[in-house]
Amino acid sequence: MTVASRTVPSPVAHPRAAEAASTVPSATVKLEVRDLTVRYGNDVAVDEVSLPVRAHRVTALIGPSGCGKSSFLRALNRMHDLTPSAKVSGSAVLDGGMEVCDPRSDPVTIRRKIGMVFQKPTPFPTMSIFDNVAAGLRLVGIRKRVVLDDAVETALRQAVLWDEVKDRLRAPAAGLSGGQQQRLSIARALAVRPEVLLMDEPTSALDPQATQAIEDLILRLKDQVTILVVTHNLQQARRVSDVTAFFYLGRLIEAGETEDLFANPREARTADYLSGRFG
Amino acid sequence: MLTLRARRRRDAMVHALLILAVIIVMTPLLAVISYVLVNGLGSLSLDFFTQDLGSPARAQQGRPTGLMHTIIGTLVIDGLALAFVLPFGIGAGVLLAEFPDHPLNPSLRVLTDTLNGMPAILKGLLAYALIVQPMGSFSALSGSVALAFVMLPILARATESALAAVPWSLREATLALGVPRWRVILSTSMPAARVPIVTGVLIAFARAAGEAAPLMLTSFGNNYLTFDLLAPMDTLPQRLYSLAVSPYREWHAMGWGAAVLLLGLVIIVFVGARVATRRRFP
Amino acid sequence: MRSVIEVPPPTRDGVDEALARPMPSRFRRPGDRAFLVLVTGLALTVVALAVAMGWVLWAEGRTPIETFGFLGFLTGTAWNPVTGQFGTGPFLLGTLITSVAALALSFFPAVALAIYTAEYAPRWLAAFIDGTVDLLAAIPSVVLGIWGIFVLAPWLRDTFYLPVYLTFARPPEWAAPVVDQLPAGVLAVLGTPQNYNMVTFTLVLALMVVPFTTALARDALRSVPIEQREAMWALGATRWEVIRRTVVPYARGGIVAGAILAFGRAIGETMAAAMLIGNSNKLPFTLFGPAATMPSVIVNEFREAVENLHYSSLVAVGFYLFLLSLVINLGAAWLQRRLTVGSRGS
Repeated sequence: MTVASRTVPSPVAHPRAAEAASTVPSATVKLEVRDLTVRYGNDVAVDEVSLPVRAHRVTALIGPSGCGKSSFLRALNRMHDLTPSAKVSGSAVLDGGMEVCDPRSDPVTIRRKIGMVFQKPTPFPTMSIFDNVAAGLRLVGIRKRVVLDDAVETALRQAVLWDEVKDRLRAPAAGLSGGQQQRLSIARALAVRPEVLLMDEPTSALDPQATQAIEDLILRLKDQVTILVVTHNLQQARRVSDVTAFFYLGRLIEAGETEDLFANPREARTADYLSGRFG
Repeated sequence: MLTLRARRRRDAMVHALLILAVIIVMTPLLAVISYVLVNGLGSLSLDFFTQDLGSPARAQQGRPTGLMHTIIGTLVIDGLALAFVLPFGIGAGVLLAEFPDHPLNPSLRVLTDTLNGMPAILKGLLAYALIVQPMGSFSALSGSVALAFVMLPILARATESALAAVPWSLREATLALGVPRWRVILSTSMPAARVPIVTGVLIAFARAAGEAAPLMLTSFGNNYLTFDLLAPMDTLPQRLYSLAVSPYREWHAMGWGAAVLLLGLVIIVFVGARVATRRRFP
Repeated sequence: MRSVIEVPPPTRDGVDEALARPMPSRFRRPGDRAFLVLVTGLALTVVALAVAMGWVLWAEGRTPIETFGFLGFLTGTAWNPVTGQFGTGPFLLGTLITSVAALALSFFPAVALAIYTAEYAPRWLAAFIDGTVDLLAAIPSVVLGIWGIFVLAPWLRDTFYLPVYLTFARPPEWAAPVVDQLPAGVLAVLGTPQNYNMVTFTLVLALMVVPFTTALARDALRSVPIEQREAMWALGATRWEVIRRTVVPYARGGIVAGAILAFGRAIGETMAAAMLIGNSNKLPFTLFGPAATMPSVIVNEFREAVENLHYSSLVAVGFYLFLLSLVINLGAAWLQRRLTVGSRGS
């Protein structure tokens, strides 16, 4: 029973999708992704992927490089709008209401609800630590000092960075270490109170200590946000996630409870990847 | 709280303002080009290219008059200037690009950029003090020297960029064959950069050809044709100025003619430079 | 001991002999050293030119500076070749007023242009606009001058100066009550409209310096890394918000350097000034009346400067111009380094 051999797209939930869903533990579905396809010109990067993303769970997306997991992630907060050659089709419904992939949905609103942290920590270098975290809040017009102070502190506490920077909030953000900068980016994303947090290989540019700190952070955050993490580090996926989805060549091969997937992968390709036969 | 609609509206307003700014700048610019083309092309005639200027009376009386001597003077003075400056400008560019660790380089680069930013009239004053004063008269020679001063930093920087764009691997490949450094520069780097270097030479020439101020203090100008390098000689930019501020309407018309020639030169070199460099980097 | 490597039999063409010659290290060859000396010598002419400029301008212009004092000559307001009184004051004022005003007028349009072509315009339009603006930088100032004389100046005088001046001098019925309230100085500041005046020149100057700001701003905007933009997009920013909050601040080094370079260009503008500013040495300058700048007075009076003090005063003005230009150029380089993100200074 494979999820991968999907050749006939259908508007109604594919019978296999129900099977894939059944291996994911039940909890409310935060983001229902159906038949998501991303094309760059003629190249198909993501091929009709369906995945129900459960609320307050960490879902890890694994797979070899170029398998489409980052493209999949970026479709969820409409980042492909910035790439002229990218075409996205399919659907991703947030909370049973907002249709993310519909071009009529406003991307600015979507991105407020679905935040993103990138691989390379990118603090805004011309802004202080405080201003970095407050950046998203200022966008929506929040100006009152008291409100901002509160929100920035909350976000920095959530990102487990507050104690380290509370005395130098006005210092330039560029002076922080790599791990701190990444936590700053997370704080910045959290400050606008998103419901879903997309993380695209958040620790691959960091040293082991910083990586550990981010992983602890992810585990702590899942009570507040639904998290999707793209990672090429299998051990990390195992440590951090509740659900793991394995991508290969643009297709979702298998998805399920992390421990189950790692212990008893159903697909041969999954087993091969997990055992390191290819990477 | 700013609503999304308000933010979108602000976005649209900014977009409109940006377009307005583009129009504000482009309109006079296109106006200049059109006026010069229309008025200038209308003044060009056979006489324009075959007669020299003479006294104002000549133009006022309708006798043949033109700027042949000016065009020739421009070519002579600018060509001579280029001949003076070529080895020095290219040499400086070679030093900056081929010997990047040379201790002279940081100061050299700063000085080159500073010289580039200096008003051309100062270079004219220098040429006046160095050449015109000892000689006792204005001369085409001093004009060439003044323009050489103008061209030098431009050429140096253009050569440097041209050579810097040649990948080091190319030089290393030749070095690995046991070829000495200086041969590598002459046989590999410079031929590889020949298109941008030639382009740089043309740009330096065009820039200098448009400078009137230094020439007004050195080659001074001449209403008649001459090939004497030790006497004043006429050039397009300086003549354009004289014609434009003169009280004679016939001379004003010829001024437009000079303007269109200068504009044409600039456009040809400019477009040529773009085409040449685009072909290299498609 | 048999050799493991088979040596091919020697050929007749001398290749083996050539390859077998010992290869000396790079710089021990006299050719390399001589080349380096040659090239360095050629390059030193640049240094020589810069030094010569400062030296000669000082040497030829020192008399009035020593006679009237460094600051005295700089700020002295009398310029009278007949009485032998010389001071750069009027021209310094003219240069500063016109250059600052030209920079102020041109800055926002120039940056707006750069933002539009770097962020908004479709590629073909951006290429056209960028190309035309770069062409503007290459157009000789005498060409802009002749257009200014015969096209712009008369139009400005008839369309703006005269009506504006007349509104203040002989106000029509509806404006009279308002105008009567204004201080009498307004008319004095405006001045009687002439064909060639400070405003006309400043407008042309503003047009001339736009490409300098735009070119550097454009390069700086284009080199903002995509990750910075994506981070701002991901926070839910609109297109202008991304540009204003992330891209422009990141590019501030290039933008400021462009503005300073434009200012440096403005103070040195000679021919358009000589053609459009009216050439008056007498203070006070008025907006609609004639004025002069440091470069314009040099080119205007040089040919008639027979007498020594007059000549050396003009050169001294050139010396001050040299110093001013030096400070601005070095300042621009320093400031750009400090403001550019990622460099050691910032």
